[in-house]
Amino acid sequence: MVDTRFYLLGERAAVLESPAPANLVCQRRIWWLAAQLRRQSIFIDVVPGMNNLTVTFDPQTQSGDDILADLQGQWLTAEAAAPAPHIIELPVCYGGEDGPDLPEVARHTGLSQKAVIEQHSQAAYTVFFLGFRPGFAYMGGLPPALATPRRNEPRLMVRAGSIGIGGAQTGIYPANCPGGWQLIGRTHTPLFDLERDPPSLLLPGDQVRFIQVCHV
Amino acid sequence: MFEIIRAGIQTTVQDLGRIGLRHLGIAQAGALDQPALMLANRLVNNPAGAAGLEIAMGPVEICFHRSGWLALTGADFEATLDGQPIWPGWRLPYQCGQRLLLKGPRSGMRAYLAVDGGIDVPQVLGARATDLRARFGGFVGRALQAGDRLPQGPAIAHLDRCGAWARPWSPVVRALPGPEYAAFRAEAQQRFWQTSWLVSPQSDRMGYRLSGPALLLTEHREMLSHAVLPGVVQVPPNGQPIVLLADAQTTGGFPRIASVIEADLWKIAQARPGQRLHFVETTLETALQALKQQQYERNRFEWSAYGR
Repeated sequence: MVDTRFYLLGERAAVLESPAPANLVCQRRIWWLAAQLRRQSIFIDVVPGMNNLTVTFDPQTQSGDDILADLQGQWLTAEAAAPAPHIIELPVCYGGEDGPDLPEVARHTGLSQKAVIEQHSQAAYTVFFLGFRPGFAYMGGLPPALATPRRNEPRLMVRAGSIGIGGAQTGIYPANCPGGWQLIGRTHTPLFDLERDPPSLLLPGDQVRFIQVCHV
Repeated sequence: MFEIIRAGIQTTVQDLGRIGLRHLGIAQAGALDQPALMLANRLVNNPAGAAGLEIAMGPVEICFHRSGWLALTGADFEATLDGQPIWPGWRLPYQCGQRLLLKGPRSGMRAYLAVDGGIDVPQVLGARATDLRARFGGFVGRALQAGDRLPQGPAIAHLDRCGAWARPWSPVVRALPGPEYAAFRAEAQQRFWQTSWLVSPQSDRMGYRLSGPALLLTEHREMLSHAVLPGVVQVPPNGQPIVLLADAQTTGGFPRIASVIEADLWKIAQARPGQRLHFVETTLETALQALKQQQYERNRFEWSAYGR
């Protein structure tokens, strides 16, 4: 907590940054603070990152120094957000066309494909923050044994709903787009829907479980 | 309504972008040269944030299906209306059936077309801007194609002819040192300010990729993902800086050596691949002053154009 940095980024953003490594204790306080700040009309964006939080404001009406002081004060008294407000279960087809990199993840980790699926679907995941694409959730909780580096050649097209492993993280592509993660399965649950409010199914702090529904 | 006869390579409907949705991973999008779009809109009596066209490459040809007023700002695209040359930075009337042709930029990179009533495509998540990567907003989420017909808001009764001074473009861009500035080697810090950076052909609405001497860190740093904004200059491991623009993703993990001040961001948007950019260190105070000055110039224009 003492090592937390507070600084301005450009004219209209202020950042709170706790040192690495990323951890859930710090992240829970970030979500809690984000929820408080979102209620204050002076903040335009309130964006959690990994161990950090960025807010944007209108520099014509707000002083950056005041915002920094305010953030610093609120961080001191921040509480941990209550764990798991939402548990979201996503049915997944692992392997085959839906998870073309399952054999590669098995090879890299030295596990059988079945063991990869078991470990991946038994873990509980936590959404740390959203970024990269609308509705793309960066999740913690991947069993360390499953960590696999990204593909050397990113795919030009990854299908919406594809579940991938990128290093020590797992994530789901909400829409068709290029991507470099190792794809092990796919869900048909829509993750980003413009008709829904908010349009993203997953939000920071949510808990995610993958339920295997098809066999390789 | 007006119709696209020739669409150019990347003509998109843009407004001032989506605000307040970064925490959902939703990019800002919107006009890269915001002052130019705002000015074009005010010239034809639209709210500054109405939707217009951002035109990145000609030739673009448009046929109007009603009479009204138009204004072109930003890059000078050698525009003609039914063959008659028209001046950028002025508003002028068009008649039903007339054709507007924008050949290509004589200088600058992006032209902005505002039409009276604005382009009345539906709002998506609070904005009419096209998000090309997420494929929503604007005209069905994509760049325009020949044959597209764009709806226009209600026409205005009458205006007088009126013009605005063009801002002088220069390759000199003011920037503030970024949060990881101190993590770069001393020679990298100097090079950042001293180099004439070449704008790479890979530059786009997400970011301008610059090439020059590699900017190296004092030691390898594994950074945790953090929010990024238009104007942030990040340096990937190859040492070649990228200036993030409106379509950039909302979070990133590369060290941020600097941040282009908002009042100068339009200069990046109007730089062409093959041109050079030069960063000059400035202070937050100057950055805020420059923003205020831009606002003041907009107000002064409004007074001269509308007497209010």
